[in-house]
Amino acid sequence: MSSSTTNTTTISTAGPPSRRNTELAMLVFAVIIPVFAYANAGLALSDEMPSGMLSYGIGLGLLAAVGHLVVRKFAPYADPLMLPIATLLNGLGLVLIWRLDQSKRLAQRAENAGQVFAASAPNQLIYSALGVALFVGVLILLKDHRLLQRYTYISMVVALILLILPVFFPPRFGARIWISIGSFSIQPGEFAKIIIAVFFSGYLMVKRDALALASRRFMGLYLPRGRDLGPILVVWGMSILILVFETDLGTSLLFFGLFVVMLYVATERTSWIVFGLLMSAVGAVGVATFEPHVQQRVDAWLDPFAAFKTGGSDQIAQAMMAFGSGGVFGTGLGQGNSDLIGFAANSDFILATVGEELGLAGTMAILLLYGLIVERGVRTALAARDPFGKLLAIGLSAAFAIQVFVVAGGVMGLIPLTGMTMPFIAQGGSSVIANWALVAILIKVSDTARRPAPTPAPTTDAEMTQVVRP
Amino acid sequence: MNKPLRRIAIFCGLLVFALLLRDNWIQYVQADELKNHDKNRRVLIARYGQPRGNIIVDGQPITGSVETNGTDFKYKRTYKNGPMWAPVTGFASQAYDANQIEKLEDQILTGNDDRLFFNRTIDMITGKKQKGGDVITTLNGKAQKAAFEGLGDKKGAVAALDPRTGKILALASTPSYDPSKFAGASKKDEEAYNALKPDVDKDDPMLNRALRQTYPPGSTFKVVTAAAALENGKYTDIDGPTDSPDPWKLPLSTQPLPNEGDIPCKNASLRQALRFSCNTVFGKLGDDLGKDKMLEEAEKFGFNEEVFTPVRADASIYPEKMDQPGNAMSAIGQFDNRATPLQMAMVAAAVANDGKLMKPYMIDSLRAPNLNTIEQTDPEEMSQPLSSENAQKLQSMMETVVKEGTGTSAQIPGVTVGGKTGTAQHGVANSKNPYAWFISYAKGDDGSPVAVAVVIEGSDTLRGDIAGGKLAAPIAKSVMQAVLETASDK
Repeated sequence: MSSSTTNTTTISTAGPPSRRNTELAMLVFAVIIPVFAYANAGLALSDEMPSGMLSYGIGLGLLAAVGHLVVRKFAPYADPLMLPIATLLNGLGLVLIWRLDQSKRLAQRAENAGQVFAASAPNQLIYSALGVALFVGVLILLKDHRLLQRYTYISMVVALILLILPVFFPPRFGARIWISIGSFSIQPGEFAKIIIAVFFSGYLMVKRDALALASRRFMGLYLPRGRDLGPILVVWGMSILILVFETDLGTSLLFFGLFVVMLYVATERTSWIVFGLLMSAVGAVGVATFEPHVQQRVDAWLDPFAAFKTGGSDQIAQAMMAFGSGGVFGTGLGQGNSDLIGFAANSDFILATVGEELGLAGTMAILLLYGLIVERGVRTALAARDPFGKLLAIGLSAAFAIQVFVVAGGVMGLIPLTGMTMPFIAQGGSSVIANWALVAILIKVSDTARRPAPTPAPTTDAEMTQVVRP
Repeated sequence: MNKPLRRIAIFCGLLVFALLLRDNWIQYVQADELKNHDKNRRVLIARYGQPRGNIIVDGQPITGSVETNGTDFKYKRTYKNGPMWAPVTGFASQAYDANQIEKLEDQILTGNDDRLFFNRTIDMITGKKQKGGDVITTLNGKAQKAAFEGLGDKKGAVAALDPRTGKILALASTPSYDPSKFAGASKKDEEAYNALKPDVDKDDPMLNRALRQTYPPGSTFKVVTAAAALENGKYTDIDGPTDSPDPWKLPLSTQPLPNEGDIPCKNASLRQALRFSCNTVFGKLGDDLGKDKMLEEAEKFGFNEEVFTPVRADASIYPEKMDQPGNAMSAIGQFDNRATPLQMAMVAAAVANDGKLMKPYMIDSLRAPNLNTIEQTDPEEMSQPLSSENAQKLQSMMETVVKEGTGTSAQIPGVTVGGKTGTAQHGVANSKNPYAWFISYAKGDDGSPVAVAVVIEGSDTLRGDIAGGKLAAPIAKSVMQAVLETASDK
């Protein structure tokens, strides 16, 4: 801009480069790597190239291309890493699920249980397409992420409805977290995490000063006024209660973490962390005392191999042995026996397949990819210029990070298993779709954050403005 | 808001870092432990993922592998003449793990052993499937057959050794079982396995009687008592009279120790006492020597210690704590004195080998799939329970037993055979059928190639030393003949 000499704004117009071509280059890798992985698994399993290889490659490539073109058009300054990483994880997840579909052992297991063994990979591909469609939809329809502020209280209601609904549907695998209509079923908790983040961001943005300053000091802690904290406590408390009744521990933990993180960021008061930890301790002890489901999981975490003596679920032990048998370099795709874990091998426990077949190296790579998405999200929050965007970005990133930690930590025996799915990798429609939406919102926020400031208005009356200044 | 954001960034970083640390812990530090955990089915899947190596006797495999169409296991173990070889091989079952050689040498048989690393690498490069190595045993097929067929449908066991090296030549136990019957993981295998459990089959066919069952050794233990007497200088002339009244009362008791039948035991020489199996002479000998000297000699022969061949054999017992009459009773192989057939074969072998006891072993070598030997077992001296001179005296005594004593049925024309019969009382007040024992060795020009111990759990009500001579000695004889024949074939 040649007119920069007369520019009086503090924001430079020389914004960061858009990096769209970087994104394209990365996307090529994000498509090629899963295609090679697919070939690898096929060769290992049946000594021939998998028949669906071409269509799989084209399908994944198309999804990536559509995503890229829409980002290029509707969020040109977005962070260049998020779409490729999501594509790569989604693509690898599809390969892993396809690989587990070929397991004779799982087929046998379904047959013994009187069920028809259905391959999950085709469904997962459809869900991925739906996810990318939602990604595209969000990018196109959401002109500016700040529009979401308008829906603060509506999101609160929607989130609560989503959380309450599964109570009215029959439980599956011991948890009431599904809404099923006919053969179609969704897990509303996955969507609720995004909607609750929207509500928290909108509400905290308005109330953060009140929460931070208008508080009484009590035993070294700042206690806010009830009318400021009330709605949040209600939402949080209800979600926890409902989830406890639905025995969906992972999601309760996720919401609690989200709540504490966002409150802390909004108020900048460390006392919230202390307050949050105290509440979580009380909650955890309380739930653990009357909920046998929780006790079982804690016992299984303390001694995974006890299941072989006392009966009960040996999934954790099987997952640990899968990790151990993988060792540093893994057995190679298609050459492990992670299907010994049983029915959850392709959903909650899919990381064990990564561990066994891709080894320590592969698992660390996957964990680092997740870490990278979170890092880009936090960076977006730092760069965002509006408090709502900051809160939304950090909320979504933290939710993502906590979810990855809770699932991976549970599968690896670091913390008690709580039953959630690895974003993008695990089989499950709601999870894939919701996480694509999450990435879309982050991309939108980062686009706004990195977008160069609009060119100042023609400066002909700049002097006049100065005259007005006292 | 950026300060708390940075802190949250650090927090998220820590979460990922914790996951990475944990991952390294389970996939690097704990990996081997988890990989070889006994509940890790992959161990079995690997064990049966390719044909297992074989267990070899006389250059011929006594095991095999057959391809199946299971989801987990591609190959199943087969056994040639399973019941006969079961005490040697053990079993390897898809559903019930493995034992004995199959378990101990599993790494070689599956090809996972570190020493086969080079082979595996070559196979991997040339694209060949992994192959297991072989275990070459020291056993003698003919001797094993003679032992197994000799036992027939009687309950008992045979252990035969080469006294010069300690090589195990035969190891039979009856009733036996066929490990092929439950090598798979099917319903049928499960039934076959469950039918063998001791609480279903009272005969406990899976018990390896040659190594894992201890019996009162009865009069065969008199060989050890005689060795103790010679070694401690109690008597030096085996043909001189001993100071042995008949009847002889047990110490601290008014109970006389009876002899079996009307035999000349009063002041009998050691040779005569062993020939007629005089309880009075050996009971008093044990008492005169005292418990400590008896214990010392018994332990030199290998009592009170487990033997690893490498398959574990139970420790035979010469009790360390007992009163004076107990010691006297133990000196004639009764009371709490117990021995495995292998142990008694070791006693005979030590005498036959001029006093030197060689450590028994049954694995001669381990062989890689490419036929290279990767481990060779060398004979190892275990102890010297008696001097060469005393051993020869004892040999002379044992040879008299076979020539003109209770063991005449073990005579082999043209071969020097030494032996000792035994009938061990069994049950409260001798109420149950006694155990018939026979231990012996055969001798040629270049030392003794075979020592054997036979025990038969009372198959009929025969009492007295004649039982060992009548029931057990013919089996020992046929085993010795089988070994002598193979020796002369070479």
